[in-house]
Amino acid sequence: MTPAYHPTPDLLLDYATGTLSEAASLLMATHLTYCPHCRAEVRRLEAVGGLLVEDLPTTTVDTSLDDLLARLDEPTPAPSPTSTPPKTGFEWAPKPLHPYLEKAAWKGFLPGMSQIPLMADGGSARLLCVKAGRAMPMHTHHGRELVAVLKGGFSDAGKDFGPGDMAIATDDDLHQPMAHPDEECICLYLIEGRLKLPGLLGKLFNRFIPH
Amino acid sequence: MQPLGTLRWRACFRRSSEDEGLSRSLFPRMTGTRDDPFAALLVQIARDASRPAFAEVFKHFGPRIKTYLMRQGCGNAEAEEVLQDVMLTLWRRADTFDPALSSVATWLYAIARNKRIDHIRRTRRPEFDPTDPLLVGETSIEGADVFLEAERDAERLRDAVQTLSPEQSALIKMAYYDEKSHSSIAEETKLPLGTVKSRIRLALLHLKVAMGGES
Repeated sequence: MTPAYHPTPDLLLDYATGTLSEAASLLMATHLTYCPHCRAEVRRLEAVGGLLVEDLPTTTVDTSLDDLLARLDEPTPAPSPTSTPPKTGFEWAPKPLHPYLEKAAWKGFLPGMSQIPLMADGGSARLLCVKAGRAMPMHTHHGRELVAVLKGGFSDAGKDFGPGDMAIATDDDLHQPMAHPDEECICLYLIEGRLKLPGLLGKLFNRFIPH
Repeated sequence: MQPLGTLRWRACFRRSSEDEGLSRSLFPRMTGTRDDPFAALLVQIARDASRPAFAEVFKHFGPRIKTYLMRQGCGNAEAEEVLQDVMLTLWRRADTFDPALSSVATWLYAIARNKRIDHIRRTRRPEFDPTDPLLVGETSIEGADVFLEAERDAERLRDAVQTLSPEQSALIKMAYYDEKSHSSIAEETKLPLGTVKSRIRLALLHLKVAMGGES
């Protein structure tokens, strides 16, 4: 099954041109693992990049061919850690996530939810695990929220998101995602700004949510 | 949408002398045959570790990739360093080049983009792994399209860019060349952010339709 919800054209372009943060790129790489449609789209956008490079004026290169040829026999650097097998208990994690999971351990977050913070760069990217049938607190955000579903699914504003789907919420969206009733939901979650929870309960929560 | 004055567009063309102004298409038709002449060289590098083939690819692409890197904000020394890294990667990974998936130019573009992120931003750009057991495979909807028609796609893309307006060409070039967020493009072109976004989107959609991707 291929995903039903996809990144916006802006996200696809920014990923293809390399202007997204590492965290947002991780969300994209995750979605692309599940989505042949968006992989083809990124390939097309990269083809535009290739065509433009062909068309660029030239700049004199200082490195001589001899210098470069002399470097060809340098030993190849060790392969990247993405080639390691997934950690036990993380078999649902696609390969782009593996390098971030070496020391990963679930920690309590909000009632019914646990999290693994992944990186601080480019917003707050974390893995979230929500118990079956549990709702997140009603919230909105300063900045964009991107969610890629890895296991199970959730419903939000009348839409159902399943594995591989990318859910996108913006500044103004006040929403309350709820995990599907039959299975826990694990997703990769990024807010590029801060989470805001309205109301008195929200004020209390806001103090405890790490940004 | 705001009407676009000539003066405003002048502001887009920071490098108008290099780009030869507005009077002609910004994407002159590529010379050469339908076949990618560099694909054969990549095969020689992968199969025979051919240094003459490597030299030829370097001679053609080196000066262009350096321009790309400098437009992305690299200084001269940085651009040289990243370029060397790109060329070494080409040498070591030539066997992963698949002419059915992309042209050599596109393959090198992606390597240069990633190496620049590694070197300059000192961050990673995560990518999907084609060997991932969780990978959802190509479907019949697009599988044949992607794998068997990549070359025809490239040809169609070359034709499609000819049909872009100079304004659309300029916006797409800015999005690709200058490591610019949409908001800095908006600042430079004095257009509202939403307008920049929708114009880039429209230009790309135009390409897609011209390529037959929306059929």
